Amino acid sequence: MVDLIVLLVLLLVTYGTGRWFEQRHFESIRQREAQLLPLLTSTLSTIPSSAPVERSEMVCGSVVVSLDYFKRFIAGLRGIIGGRIKPYEPLLDRARREAMLRMRERARAEGFDMVVNVRLETSRLASAAADGKRTAGVEILAFGTAVKLAAAG
Amino acid sequence: MILSNLEEVPGRQIVEFYGVVSGSTVRAKHIGRDFMAGLKNLVGGELKGYTELLHEAREEALARMTQQAQSVGANAVVNVRFSTSSVAQGAAELFAYGTAVRVE
Repeated sequence: MVDLIVLLVLLLVTYGTGRWFEQRHFESIRQREAQLLPLLTSTLSTIPSSAPVERSEMVCGSVVVSLDYFKRFIAGLRGIIGGRIKPYEPLLDRARREAMLRMRERARAEGFDMVVNVRLETSRLASAAADGKRTAGVEILAFGTAVKLAAAG
Repeated sequence: MILSNLEEVPGRQIVEFYGVVSGSTVRAKHIGRDFMAGLKNLVGGELKGYTELLHEAREEALARMTQQAQSVGANAVVNVRFSTSSVAQGAAELFAYGTAVRVE
């Protein structure tokens, strides 16, 4: 009985906090994406400009995220029936956008004009508990080559 | 040392190839960080401890790769790739590899 109450309280609390953190994070992502709009990014390996290149360097951005208790519970239930697991979709979406933003912010801080050949990688971090069967988190890595063009003239 | 994940260094000419260079590191999670991450697992979102841990490890792998490139006389590494694999419970290998070249 006590277990059930603890479970219900945990679910209720994490439902609220998880949602709140997620909304706040999406808000911050939208703002930063709007700011970074002038910094061009591309998955092509060519530079979309004929101007000579002044310098280039590889830049990375990464983030490790995990589901909250409530969403993990729901996802667990969904795993029985099968089908689309909705709780994971916004989580991976914001993790990817966050990793991309960090990479682009690093490129902008170092004065680069664009990031080309952007690649995204996803890997699962196994938890030391439960023989590594549980997932401690998911890492998203974004990397690409930042390029600064020589000033015209 | 210039790193690039393109097949060239933009705006520079490759004059010599030295072959594949690589660097790797295997890291286990810190118990304190694991505890904090356990708490954070309730709330969800970013696990900052792990983000930092993996970032440091990746920098280390890159540093080893560039060290190897330097030792063969290269001044750039092109087509850099990363790979991450869980080799044991709670431990991960971060691997970086690329082609060492000399650009003019």
